[in-house]
Amino acid sequence: MDNYRAHVLVCGGTGCSSSGSATLIERFHEKIAENHLEKEVKVVRTGCFGLCEAGPVVIIYPDGTFYSRVKPDDVEEIVTEHLLKGRKVEHLVYVDHATREQNAEKKLEDITFYKHQHRIALRNCGVIDPENIDEYLAMDGYKALEKALTQMTREEVIDEILKSGLRGRGGGGFPTGLKWKFTYQSQADQKYVACNADEGDPGAFMDRSILEGDPHAIIEAMAIAGYAIGASQGYIYVRAEYPIAVKRLSIAIEQARDYGLLGKNIFETGFDFDLNIRLGAGAFVCGEETALMHSIEGKRGEPTARPPFPAVKGLFDKPTMLNNVETYANVAQIILHGAEWFAAMGTEKSKGTKVFALGGKINNTGLVEIPMGTPLRTIIYDIGGGCPNGKKFKAVQTGGPSGGCLPESLLDTPVDYDNLIAAGSMMGSGGMIVMDEDNCMVDIARFYLDFIVDESCGKCAPCRIGTKRMKEILDRIVEGKGEEGDIEKLERLAETIKATALCGLGNTAPNPVLSTLRFFRDEYEAHIKEKRCPAHHCKSLLQYKIDPAKCRGCTACARVCPADAITGTVKNPHVIDPSKCLKCGSCMEKCRFGAISRE
Amino acid sequence: MKSLAELEAIRKATINRINLRTEDDSTTTRVVVGMATCGIAAGARPVMLAFMDEIAKRQLSNVTVSQTGCIGMCRLEPMVDVIVPGQDKVTYVHVKPEMVERIVDDHIIHGHPVHEFTIGANE
Ligand SMILES: Cc1cc2nc3c(=O)[nH]c(=O)nc-3n(C[C@H](O)[C@H](O)[C@H](O)COP(=O)(O)O)c2cc1C
Ligand code: SF4
Ligand code: SF4
Ligand code: FES
Repeated sequence: MDNYRAHVLVCGGTGCSSSGSATLIERFHEKIAENHLEKEVKVVRTGCFGLCEAGPVVIIYPDGTFYSRVKPDDVEEIVTEHLLKGRKVEHLVYVDHATREQNAEKKLEDITFYKHQHRIALRNCGVIDPENIDEYLAMDGYKALEKALTQMTREEVIDEILKSGLRGRGGGGFPTGLKWKFTYQSQADQKYVACNADEGDPGAFMDRSILEGDPHAIIEAMAIAGYAIGASQGYIYVRAEYPIAVKRLSIAIEQARDYGLLGKNIFETGFDFDLNIRLGAGAFVCGEETALMHSIEGKRGEPTARPPFPAVKGLFDKPTMLNNVETYANVAQIILHGAEWFAAMGTEKSKGTKVFALGGKINNTGLVEIPMGTPLRTIIYDIGGGCPNGKKFKAVQTGGPSGGCLPESLLDTPVDYDNLIAAGSMMGSGGMIVMDEDNCMVDIARFYLDFIVDESCGKCAPCRIGTKRMKEILDRIVEGKGEEGDIEKLERLAETIKATALCGLGNTAPNPVLSTLRFFRDEYEAHIKEKRCPAHHCKSLLQYKIDPAKCRGCTACARVCPADAITGTVKNPHVIDPSKCLKCGSCMEKCRFGAISRE
Repeated sequence: MKSLAELEAIRKATINRINLRTEDDSTTTRVVVGMATCGIAAGARPVMLAFMDEIAKRQLSNVTVSQTGCIGMCRLEPMVDVIVPGQDKVTYVHVKPEMVERIVDDHIIHGHPVHEFTIGANE
């Protein structure tokens, strides 16, 4: 019997896999067999549901019960209670962060986390089994390819993408239709399409999740792109560190070939198209388009100057059309539902939706897809649930190492390409990291610069030497050795690097420093002039002190101190020796009388 | 290699398999079987399996089978609710596997509840 009465969807996304969802799946199979339910209940491993914070996530249909933080030992109860007797296991049901209600009979769309979202790129993630092409087909899969090949000319396909207003989701925001058109217009005996799945921003996992949750959507879109621009071969460039994505993609490509959706003479229209995966070693610069293509060719992943642009001279010197994973994830939907449908969502110059990986000091870390134009505040508070532990929000970082940090006063900015740039940051590929009052903005800038110094390919001097010089200045500042004039030096270096670096990595590398200087200059000044870190984060600038009036001489602090930095006798005020203190904070936690403070 | 017609057939068959994940209540008929201890003791499982068989055999999409706990009328178990969209819920009592074919045929497919099996006829 192929007809199951219940489906148990277990998240096999990145987050839930690392919190043990594979064991859950095994356990479900075991317990379902023990209870003789294998003909009635089907277990499906899906891609990310988005609410990774609540993971591992299990959803049971047809009821739609959303179980969160499921542990292997909970599986037996779910099987014997819910699946056998139809009684929900109340203590595992997800509690909505905003309404504090459990989602008993509710649809996913009613949960606050999902209510403000609109899923186009993520539409199948968490819904279908990504390793089963039939399930993708059932969700209207490969209908867009069929429509393009059998009912549309190549020009019509390009025109549809142009009119939809889709822009590149890999960071730059270049109009996708234009890129297709330019490559279409290039004359050559061979052209290529390529997919950028390098995704190297710290904290970003949108593209990986799409590949893991809905790999066929990318294959279908690349075939459509191949038809439109006149390419018979495509390459997907994925990081080798994303083994689940690589595996699901390989399975999907095999299945598509099997069904004749890749290969020769697709739908008997005479169109040939095939795809290959190329593994990247995980260097950030390899996400840059020229470096990526060199890497696919088997050369060093170093950028080269443009022009010539890839649309003219790309892979193997042939015209090449490179798009990001999420960009492709929108293509089939646009072909199927039309450009107007897509262009009706979003803002004037940014259409459709954008996926963000929410992280940092936020309650609901996870994947969200929102219509362009949604205010930052909605993403952070309504969807993300704000900062944990009642801490005060300080800043939100978008655009990764190329982007910037925006303060509270700009939270009403509607998210789109142009607004974020005007506000002093950028869209980037979709990392969104929230910072609270405990984050030091100077140290945050230093973190991103540190990343850049490590990832610079070293080919050009402004990036190789300039970013290192900036990093040295920031190191000094957080160590309390900042000097008058450091801020101006940073600004001068930043301008030079921006203007003269060879590729986008260097051009944008100073942005985190510039944006924090713009919005949090007082924090830099406090470090330099007062040798003080307002967030109490930078250890070198911290001083632990015992207030002799409050100290009862209980010796608790002296006993916990790992450095023997605290001296004093019983019932007499204790003292910390600053030269020995490691600033671990243990004594402050231990003191029951609030006698220890840090400055 | 699959033809366009074959792909369409796969789509249809798979939609029937996975629609319980995506269907909304406005178009789905729900069969809810009482499956608490009392229901199971009274023979609810064979009834539920009979419903699943019948639905599979007739390739009905838009019908889901689920269970519920004890509704406090254990002496009437096995009990089955059938909820056709736009119609009132109908509760069948003392359901046996032999009765399932008629319920599916008359009620779920043709929209005429089988009155003699309902709670009203038995109370
Ligand atoms: C240093 C650097 C890293 C980049 N990393 C990525 C990446 O990981 N993924 C990506 O899609 N684009 C990345 N890009 C942007 C690509 O160069 C390119 O613009 C993009 O893949 C084009 O696709 P799109 O138009 O669909 O966005 C990076 C650019 C630079 C300068
Ligand atoms: S800007 Fe940096 S990453 Fe780009 S080419 Fe120059 S050294 Fe390499
Ligand atoms: S902060 Fe840590 S190292 Fe310093 S005095 Fe307190 S316990 Fe000792
Ligand atoms: S990985 Fe499971 S919800 Fe994101």
